[in-house]
Amino acid sequence: MSETCKVSVERRGDVAVFWTDGYINNQGGEEIAKEAYAELDRGARALVMNLGKTRIVNSIGISILIEVLEKVMERKAVLAFCGLTPTIDKTFRIMGLAQYAAIYPTENEALQAVGATA
Amino acid sequence: MAQQGPAPTEPATAAAPEVSLTIPVAPEMEIVATAQAEALGEYMDMSRDKIDEVKLALVEACINAFEHAHTEDNQVHITFRVGGSAGEWLEIEVRDRGRGFDAEGIESPSPQKTFEERRRRGWGLHIIKSLMDVVEIASGDWGTRILMRKYK
Repeated sequence: MSETCKVSVERRGDVAVFWTDGYINNQGGEEIAKEAYAELDRGARALVMNLGKTRIVNSIGISILIEVLEKVMERKAVLAFCGLTPTIDKTFRIMGLAQYAAIYPTENEALQAVGATA
Repeated sequence: MAQQGPAPTEPATAAAPEVSLTIPVAPEMEIVATAQAEALGEYMDMSRDKIDEVKLALVEACINAFEHAHTEDNQVHITFRVGGSAGEWLEIEVRDRGRGFDAEGIESPSPQKTFEERRRRGWGLHIIKSLMDVVEIASGDWGTRILMRKYK
C-alpha cells in the first residue's frame, strides 16, 4: 500500500504550475518543496499549486508547505493554491496559510490572478 | 475537555455497534485507519466533505500517537462506533498505551506563532477540535485516549 503523493510540474512562462495526486504528508510535502525550490532557482516568479487530486493534507505536510511559502516570500515571488477540497481549504485557513498565500477555486482563476502567459 | 489521571472506563456510548482496528506505529498506517472511517461514513450516508473532515481528524490523532506516545506495544488501537437511532453520528476512539501528556498544559498554536516565530508544528489537537463536533482527550501514565464524534 502506498499513498505517496505524486507531483508534476509544468512551466507557463515564469509561472510554475504544480499538480499533486495523493496524500500530502511529510514525504509528499518534501517532494513538493524540492520541486518548488528548483523552480524558484530557475527564476519562477509565481508558483500555482493545484491540489485537486489530493483529499488529505496532514499538519506535517502543511508545515512543509508553510516553509515553501516562507521561501517564496523571501524571493519576492507569489504562491497560489487552487482546487482545494472544503476540508483542505478549512485547514489552510485554520493554520493561517490563507493569510499569506492566495487561494482560488480553479486553476484558470489562479493562473489569471498571477498573470501567467500561455 | 481534556482529562488527566487514571485510565477512563468504558465510554458512555459503549452500546453502539462498533468496529475495532489496531494499527502498528509505522509510516502511512494512519491511511489504513482512514479507509475504515470512509467505509463507515459512506454506510451511514455522511456527506463527502464530512467524511473528509473525519479522515483528517483521525490522521492527526494517529500521527499524534505515532510521534509523541512512545508506546511500549508499538500499536495504536482504534474503535469506530456508529450511533443514534438511524446512524446519526460516527464516533472514533484512538487509544495508545504510551507515556501520556499534559493535555491542559499544551500551548495553543496560532498563525502568528507559526509564521512570525516559525513554530510550525503542534497543530494536531487544534485541527481535531476544529473538524469534529465533540472531542474528549484523556491522558495519563496509562496512555492517551482521544474520543471524537461527528454528527451526520
